[in-house]
Parts: sequence; structure tokens; C-alpha cells
Amino acid sequence: AIGRKIDDEVLDELEEVLVTADLGVKTTAELIGGLRGKVRRKELADAEALKGALRAGIEEIFGRTAAPPAMTAKPHVIMVVGVNGVGKTTTIGKLASHLSAQGKKVMLGAADTFRAAAAEQLEIWAQRVGCPIVRQKEGADPSAVAYDTVEAAVGRGVDVAIIDTAGRLHTKVNLMDELRKIHRVIGKKMDGAPHEVILVLDATTGQNALNQAKMFNEAVQLTGLILTKLDGTAKGGVAVAIAGELKLPICYVGVGEHLDDLRPFDAREFAEAIFG
Amino acid sequence: MFDNLSDRLAETFKRLKGHGKLSEANIADALREVRLALLEADVNYKVAKDFVAGVRERAVGQEVMKSLTPAQQVIKIVREELSSLMGGQAEGLNLIGRPPQVLMMVGLQGAGKTTTAGKLARMLAGMGKKPLLVPADVQRPAAIEQLKKLGAQLGVPVHDSDPGGDPVDICVRALGTASRLGCDALILDTAGRLHIDEPLMAQLERIKQKLQPGEILLVADAMTGQDAVNVAEAFHQRLGLSGVVLTKVEGDARGGAALSIRAVTGVPIKLVGVGEKLDALEPFHPDRMAGRILGM
Ligand SMILES: Nc1nc2c(ncn2[C@@H]2O[C@H](COP(=O)(O)OP(=O)(O)OP(=O)(O)O)[C@@H](O)[C@H]2O)c(=O)[nH]1
Ligand SMILES: Nc1nc2c(ncn2[C@@H]2O[C@H](COP(=O)(O)OP(=O)(O)OP(=O)(O)O)[C@@H](O)[C@H]2O)c(=O)[nH]1
Ligand SMILES: [K+]
Ligand SMILES: [Mg+2]
Ligand SMILES: [Mg+2]
Repeated sequence: AIGRKIDDEVLDELEEVLVTADLGVKTTAELIGGLRGKVRRKELADAEALKGALRAGIEEIFGRTAAPPAMTAKPHVIMVVGVNGVGKTTTIGKLASHLSAQGKKVMLGAADTFRAAAAEQLEIWAQRVGCPIVRQKEGADPSAVAYDTVEAAVGRGVDVAIIDTAGRLHTKVNLMDELRKIHRVIGKKMDGAPHEVILVLDATTGQNALNQAKMFNEAVQLTGLILTKLDGTAKGGVAVAIAGELKLPICYVGVGEHLDDLRPFDAREFAEAIFG
Repeated sequence: MFDNLSDRLAETFKRLKGHGKLSEANIADALREVRLALLEADVNYKVAKDFVAGVRERAVGQEVMKSLTPAQQVIKIVREELSSLMGGQAEGLNLIGRPPQVLMMVGLQGAGKTTTAGKLARMLAGMGKKPLLVPADVQRPAAIEQLKKLGAQLGVPVHDSDPGGDPVDICVRALGTASRLGCDALILDTAGRLHIDEPLMAQLERIKQKLQPGEILLVADAMTGQDAVNVAEAFHQRLGLSGVVLTKVEGDARGGAALSIRAVTGVPIKLVGVGEKLDALEPFHPDRMAGRILGM
């Protein structure tokens, strides 16, 4: 059966759906605009077909992102970065658990030496996972902790080392310089490291996430994203704009505060949730 | 894409030069630009729509139609309406009533509750009060430790919470600690939670019931997108918020969440967090926020 006819009202409603999911007006206009020709030529039968085409359009954008780096080096070093409170430390706990379950030996590095009790927080995650952690005193040089972590990871023959960093706004020049230094020091200790630099993004974030991704990418060459807090009501639609512009893959999504609340990213599911 | 609403409106009206009087269609074009700017700033879709509808009335009135500088005139109206919608003037904390005064921090995970609790303790101490910090987050790893460290930095006492305890009991016991130490204000740090988490929202209601806080502050991240309205509405419905603290305002987020939250709840934004350090707490200025949302 043929459903609702595509008219201005339908287009407005779909615009509302996309903007409300945080895709942003630009990406929304591009997605809908890209289908105007098909609408005009009557290639889309009804509103449902238009929705399906938009879903496919979103999936396609994710389909064009780069692949996350394979874990070939030993240790494979992952550096985790992002603005304050997005879920970096928690995500590291979940990721470590996920990798451990695959039989990999994991080690954590507590290079957030700034925030009160950040190392204690990561330590609790290390205990939950049952993996070793490298930490120093609060206020220590984060680069030194990162260096020590890679050194210990090499020495102990672990498979993956994951380094936590302090949350920082991408607009703070000195803190972004500090992050560059951590990145550089890791590379000095081990050639080719860090093999992954993951930006953690909070799904409740609006259009600012695009600036976050651009500026962290400029500073430390991101290899991928993890989108957290998708267990709430936010859809995380700004990730579509980021995927389109920076071609960065979403490696995982976070769906809760527990050890097993990390999921592989599924572009179809993600696109469907935007309309659901 | 959109740098500055002024430029965009100037562009919109430039085409009119020499065509004489402005028409309602011209105004509609200008308001379309305003709406886009609001959406770019993360103002909620429905809030932006209602806001523009409200501005339309004033804009099609004499003020703009007869103006020689219609772009500036539209901006003036939009800015005035925005800042009046956000409360017009800075509103302070409610610290009247019989001590101890209770301030309760609530909000989503990672919004900045614990840090803001520390900042408030510092602010109250600076006003000559004797605050007690109360860690009622038994959920997040090392949350109690985090607040203890902030208290130690400030020289402000921290209630000795039992990590295995129940948050409601912790808060009730903290009343005893406060009277023992002669503290006249309690700052409750609660665990971050989703607004759709029924048991955890009910827990906040119980804390409210037992301690009758004079301030229930929603701590919200200035970078929040369209979902801000759902979150704020849910917390307000359950708890009756008395104020909002907007955090991480020193970044480059345009802060549409401020307008969205204020518009759907009517709850005033009282303070803004402008950094990670404990002195980075400032009064909220509606007009400044209006300018920022408009990208000016
Ligand atoms: N609901 C939900 N909460 C999450 C998720 N991931 C993290 N959190 C919570 O978000 C809050 C902040 O998480 P952290 O891991 O401390 O964030 P962070 O980025 O390390 O924070 P900073 O180091 O202070 O910048 C905590 O309360 C976590 O439990 C998620 O996927 N869903
Ligand atoms: N840049 C900046 N960071 C802030 C501000 N307020 C808080 N933060 C940071 O945001 C992160 C999260 O802050 P917390 O106070 O732990 O947040 P929370 O709401 O208590 O988190 P949960 O208890 O896990 O829900 C930390 O890195 C803080 O330093 C602010 O105004 N500006
Ligand atoms: K956040
Ligand atoms: Mg952290
Ligand atoms: Mg907290």
C-alpha cells in the first residue's frame, strides 16, 4: 500500500526528527536536500520510503569512514582522550574487560594526574577487570606516567596498554599542548605508538562535538571515536557530521556504567534509533 | 558555516536596498536566519520554533518595518527577547531560612556535580558560612574519595560516608555530623543518573523528602544538545528544581542548552562553571548568554 504522500509537512517533520537527534542543521539539510531530486522524480513512493532513504544515507556516511587500526603491535598502545566528564575512565574499564575476555593481556596507565581521585577511580576499574595499572602521585607529570606505562607494558609482555588522560576542553591551548607531549613521549618509548588514539564523545553533546573532534584530531591524530551514554534518551546524531567530515570510525558505543556496557557500533541500528 | 548572525541578517536585508519598504516576507527571511542560528547553537527545535514565533510579532511591528537599519533592529529585538526569556537578571542562591541550609546537586553522569559541590563549599565559606560536604554517591568508583580530596584542598569538612551505605541514610546521618561540627550548610553530592532511571530518580525524591533542601540544583553541561529539555523537564517534574548550574561554560559551546532548559522549566540558571579549579564559579548573566547563543 502507498502511505503518506511526501509534502512540505512530511519534510518538516523529518527535519525536526534529524535536528532533534543532534545531526545539526547543516547535515540535516544535506541529507534531505540530497533526496530532493528523487522526490521530484517521484522515485520515492511515500513518506516511509523517504525515511528509509534517509536512514540509508546516514548508514552510507558511516560506511565511508576509515577502519580502526588492527592490533598487530605488541604491546598495542591506545591513548584515550576527550573533554571533561564524557566517560573516558569508565570506557577504559569496559574496554579492558572486553579485551581481557578475548584472552588479551591488558595494562592500564593512569595519566590523569590532575582530577581529584582520577587514579583511584581507574584503579578500581583495574581491580574489577583484574589487570595491572601503572600510576603515580596526584600532580605527577602525565607524560612520565604514559612513558612508564609503555615501558612496563613492553617489559611484562602485555598485549594492550590503555592510557587514560585528564579531561580537557579542546579550546585550552596549554592543555592540548600537554596532550601532544604525552603523545610524543609515548612514540619516543615505542616506535609507531600510540597505535590508536580514541576520542570519547558523550552522546548528549550537541554541535560542539564537531569542534571537539576537529581540535583533538589536529592535536593528536585521532584513529576513532567511542560514543558513550547511548543508554539515555540522546541519539548522538552529531556523530554523523563527524563521520562525514573527518571519516573517523566509531569503534564502540557505551550503554551504561557497568563492566559489560560496551557494544560494537552498528551503523544500521544507530540510524534506526534516530527515527525510533 | 554560520559565523555571525549580524552578518547573515545584514546579507538578508542588503537585497532590499532601494526597494523601499520592508515586507512581511523580508521579515520572514530574517527570522529564518535567526531560527537557524538558534538551532546551530543547540537550542531545542521546539523551543527555537516557539521563540521565533514570539519574536515575529514584535518584528513585523513598527520597530523593524520602519527602521533604516533593519538587521540591527532584528538583532536588538532577538537579543532582548532571549535575555528576558532567560530571566533578565542574575538570580542568587536561596540561603535564607533556618540553618542548616541544604543544597542538593543533581544531574546526569559527568555533568560536574562533585566539582560544583566543591566550588559551592568554597563560595559559602567565603561568605562566612560553615559548609559540610556530603558524598552521597556510592555508585561511581572513588566518588567519595574525590569529594574528600576537594574538601581537604578547601579545608572544608566532609561527612564520612560509608561506601556500602544507602544515599538516603548517608544524608540523614550527615545532619548529625553538621550539628556536631557546628556546620550551618550541607552540600549534598549525589550520583550521576539518567532522568529515565526510575529507581534512582525515586531515591532523589526520598532524599528531598528527608532533608527538605532549600536549593535543588540541576548541574548541566553547557555542551548539551537537543536532549537538554528532556533531562531538565524530568528532573524538574520529580524534584521541583530551584536552580540550574551550567558547567564548562569557558569552552566554545554556544550554550543553547541554557535557553532550552530555562524555556521548558522556567527554573533560573543561577551560576556558571568556568573551569575545573574550585574558584571557577560565576554568577549567570542572561544577556551575555544571549549574545553567545547568537554567536556575537
Ligand atoms: N549512563 C552512562 N553513564 C556513563 C557511561 N559511560 C560513563 N558514564 C558515567 O559518566 C560519568 C563520567 O565518567 P568518567 O569515566 O569518569 O568520565 P571521564 O571522561 O573519565 O571524566 P574526566 O576524567 O573527569 O574528564 C561517570 O558517572 C560514569 O559512570 C555510559 O555509557 N552510560
Ligand atoms: N572545563 C571545565 N570542567 C569542569 C567544570 N566543572 C566540572 N568540570 C570537569 O568535569 C568533569 C566531571 O566533573 P565531576 O564533578 O566529576 O562530575 P559529576 O557530575 O560529579 O560526575 P558523576 O558523579 O560521575 O556523575 C571533571 O573532569 C571536572 O573537572 C567546568 O566548569 N569547566
Ligand atoms: K557530560
Ligand atoms: Mg577520567
Ligand atoms: Mg560526582
